[in-house]
Amino acid sequence: MKAKVVVMPKAAVLDPQGAAVREAMQHLGMREVKNVRIGKYLEIDLERDDADVEARLHKLCRDLLSNPVIEDYQLVKE
Amino acid sequence: MKFAVIQFPGSNCDQDCLRAINGLDGLRAEYVWHKETSLAGFDAVVLPGGFAYGDYLRCGAIARFSPIMNEVVRAAKEGQLVLGTCNGFQVLCEAGLLPGALVRNRGLRFVCDMVSLRIEVPDSAFTQDCPQGTLLRMPIAHGEGCYFADPETLRELNGNGQVMMRYCDATGAITPESNPNGSIENIAGICNREGNIFGLMPHPDRASDVRLGSADGAKIFLSMAETILAGRAPGCGVSLFLTGTGTGVGKTFVAI
Repeated sequence: MKAKVVVMPKAAVLDPQGAAVREAMQHLGMREVKNVRIGKYLEIDLERDDADVEARLHKLCRDLLSNPVIEDYQLVKE
Repeated sequence: MKFAVIQFPGSNCDQDCLRAINGLDGLRAEYVWHKETSLAGFDAVVLPGGFAYGDYLRCGAIARFSPIMNEVVRAAKEGQLVLGTCNGFQVLCEAGLLPGALVRNRGLRFVCDMVSLRIEVPDSAFTQDCPQGTLLRMPIAHGEGCYFADPETLRELNGNGQVMMRYCDATGAITPESNPNGSIENIAGICNREGNIFGLMPHPDRASDVRLGSADGAKIFLSMAETILAGRAPGCGVSLFLTGTGTGVGKTFVAI
């Protein structure tokens, strides 16, 4: 069982990396680019999957993998 | 009077903190490894700068779960003075002991510089000899020092007098040019509502000797000592008295 976690900066939080990449893309001719946000992607292998594991995983997404002050996360299981 | 300097794997200002504190008469600092589970016998806690756990995931994100942090949280809740400088500030925010977060510098560059700071509070446990408006000079060295807080948190911080210091120019004016990292409202350091936990991105530890260009940082450590001495910080069992005026950078403390 694999869990995939995407962590993204909240809209209100400055993302200077995203802004720098947006400018580089525009500089390279991709004028259609309006905005770029850079986050993190984590792949987590799990021994088993049940409601308990999922609940604990969500807790760790909030406590460790993301900082709710500045980031949102999405958890997808495969 | 004994300060605990917490050592995480990746701390690199632990020695600076220890030396700065031990260089002040009557103050003593000792290392406490992050795997320790007791702060018994210590009167104050310092979380030093560095790159705890390599700053992996987020600065301070993993350090906050080190075993000693349970004890730091307990001491903080009991009212003991806790100081976090640079990476230590990041750890305090990640641990939820201070509101807000530190994110990547707006300019994306690691900033290593001497900055001017304006004290924003009339009095605090950490700035006793620095009335509101006092200018301090201290170095900064960080890549992720851009302070962020949502509007509601920011209102609370300002309303409760929790913004301790802001980046300013040489005249004390708060300007965009004097903001080295994009911090919201030029915020360089904040405390909790109770006033016993203080986090700042600048390095008092690297500014505690005139030979290093500034001894202003020593005022922070000395103020902590004064607070503990005056019994303003609960949870400290020291008995000390103040002697003379001292050492060139501040006062002298001698244990009875």
